[in-house]
Amino acid sequence: MKTKMLLAGVTAGVMFAGSVLASTLDDVRARGKLNCIINTGLAGFAAPDDKGNWTGFDVDFCRAVAAATLGDADKVNYTTATGKTRFTKLAAGEGELLSRNTTWTFSRDVDLSQTFIGVNYYDGQGFMVPKALGVKSAKGLDGASVCIQTGTTTELNLAEFFAGNNIKYNPVPIETNAEAQELYKAGRCDVYTTDASGLYATMMSFDNPSDHMVLPEIVSKEPLGPVVRHGDDQWADIVAWVLRAMMAGEEKGITSKNVKELAAKDNKDKEINRLLGKDPLQGLSKLGLSADWAVNVISQVGNYQESFEKHLFPLTIKRGMNALYRDGGLHYIPPIK
Amino acid sequence: MSEKIYKPGSYPDLPPPPGTVGVYGWIRQNLFSSVSNSLLTIISIVLLYYLIDGIIGWFFLDAVFDAESKIACRKIDDGACWAVITRRVGQFVYGFYPEAERWRIDITFITMFLAFAPLLYPDIPKRKWLLYFSVFYPFFAFVLIMGGYFGLQKIEYSLFGGFMLTVILGVCGIVCSLPLGILLALGRQSNLTVVRTLSVCFIEFMRGVPLITLLFVASSMLNYFLPPGTNFSILVRVIIMFTFFSAAYIAEVIRGGIQAIPKGQYEAADALGMNYWQKTRFITLPQALKISIPGIVNTFIGLYKDTTLVVVIGLLDPLGIGRAALADTKWNGLSTETYLFVALFFFVSCFAMSRYSLWLENKLNTDKK
Repeated sequence: MKTKMLLAGVTAGVMFAGSVLASTLDDVRARGKLNCIINTGLAGFAAPDDKGNWTGFDVDFCRAVAAATLGDADKVNYTTATGKTRFTKLAAGEGELLSRNTTWTFSRDVDLSQTFIGVNYYDGQGFMVPKALGVKSAKGLDGASVCIQTGTTTELNLAEFFAGNNIKYNPVPIETNAEAQELYKAGRCDVYTTDASGLYATMMSFDNPSDHMVLPEIVSKEPLGPVVRHGDDQWADIVAWVLRAMMAGEEKGITSKNVKELAAKDNKDKEINRLLGKDPLQGLSKLGLSADWAVNVISQVGNYQESFEKHLFPLTIKRGMNALYRDGGLHYIPPIK
Repeated sequence: MSEKIYKPGSYPDLPPPPGTVGVYGWIRQNLFSSVSNSLLTIISIVLLYYLIDGIIGWFFLDAVFDAESKIACRKIDDGACWAVITRRVGQFVYGFYPEAERWRIDITFITMFLAFAPLLYPDIPKRKWLLYFSVFYPFFAFVLIMGGYFGLQKIEYSLFGGFMLTVILGVCGIVCSLPLGILLALGRQSNLTVVRTLSVCFIEFMRGVPLITLLFVASSMLNYFLPPGTNFSILVRVIIMFTFFSAAYIAEVIRGGIQAIPKGQYEAADALGMNYWQKTRFITLPQALKISIPGIVNTFIGLYKDTTLVVVIGLLDPLGIGRAALADTKWNGLSTETYLFVALFFFVSCFAMSRYSLWLENKLNTDKK
């Protein structure tokens, strides 16, 4: 009896120690759910539908990682974060993945000890003005009041752009995109500046979108991408290759419709076979994923193109920089071999 | 014109001349007493007509109560598009709490009134039995809401949101901060140096720091202090911060009440041979609390409204749910409707609290009637 209890105690102790040292993947698998940190609400990227299910371009990526690691895209707990709290939430372990239109910068990557695993959306900061203002270029915005989200890279870009061009402006600090729309509509600020994607989304929400315009200047590079904590390379690789699998899906013409069919047959393109688990992909076991990981991702969430068209086309956002390299865009993924 | 002749002293009370009493008389005296007055009245009526017509039209007559999206709303009519509320009322009330489990919230909410009734209304029948329930209620509510025991499905705190979150934060903050505030107020008046110093430090620190800072501490800093892996939900952290913050204010309000009690009362109590706790229980607190009711309720209403600040740390209270709804491409831009709805909810709750405090003041008003 005593030995039994001792044994139980040792086992529990080992399990406890194991759970402390376990990899992120093991934690996720043990919980059966992925904790994903997302935006509190940004049209096209993350917003709840009427049923209370989160949808959007960033949300799709959470779902894709859940599909790859757990086999079910619906096994995600969403934690919402504002621009200010997102990094501390990730650092504190409230989520394994930060998929919240986060700009990749040197100091965020290095100083905050995070790992940016790639770019899922190339954005750039723009300016929106009412056409009635009669401004044709951002250089003509002298003395304008500008609505700006605090705690974001846009704040810094704005200051740099205006200082570089010797233009004066009055910043109107705001917390969320929804608040900015209100202030802008009420005429509290002449200009709203944020990533161009956000500007188009905002414009679509107006009763008369044609009364407003986005100025031609794009003043910054905003490569947005998912982020994970430093220190678990296996997890970072998983997340990175889920993103690449979605893009490879588009490149190779694998969609949620035909993925099952392609996975079942022997394809001429051996890369498709390796991606979909028909042919062995060397090193997959090190990643800790099952052979059908990419099939799960593409069948349950779709490829990059499907996700983009579903969530961002309604906002009249074009592919532009976000097309694959062969279509003149910037997305160029390493080969899957 | 022949008038009846009366004897001196027997003249009957005649009705007042026509046009000075009744509806007609009132209108004439108050609205049309002079030319300028009449003019003002007419202008006001015309203005009111357009205003009310516009408001009622926007709110009700031209409003759309159910539609697929904002665009569908606009196709039907050009008033308010309440569809954003009606389609998402579940989200506004329960946040992302699973639909199949929402009955648990309903039960918790309804029984909350049962638990509060004996505390709020001393004359209620069967009060003693209900009081037992009140003591047991916090555990009951916790188990029911969070789940994980007795076969109830465990619910992640990240699914909490909407009015439910406001009520949880508000009620927990209010219920916990009152006793803590009383203790702090007594501590500040205490003769024991350590107790007094600690109370003063706590109160002054909490009052000296903005609530939003405390919330950021709750959301980010505490994580660094606690050992990794401790699952100390943000909801609990936020409730603790709200409690501390409002307890500091409550303490000062009650201290004001304590100091308003004439010194003779304490001397009388001492003369009767009461010890400190008897004095506090029978002399100080009953009077101090009665005096402080308006101040206490004021603090509570403030706390209740301050719960909306959790938006900045990413919790979705009704305002957060509203903003998330506005981020849905279907409803993008319907901010007036959303914010009005949230405002209505807060008005109803806060107004109820303020009415209750008036009722309580009248009930306890034993002097100066």
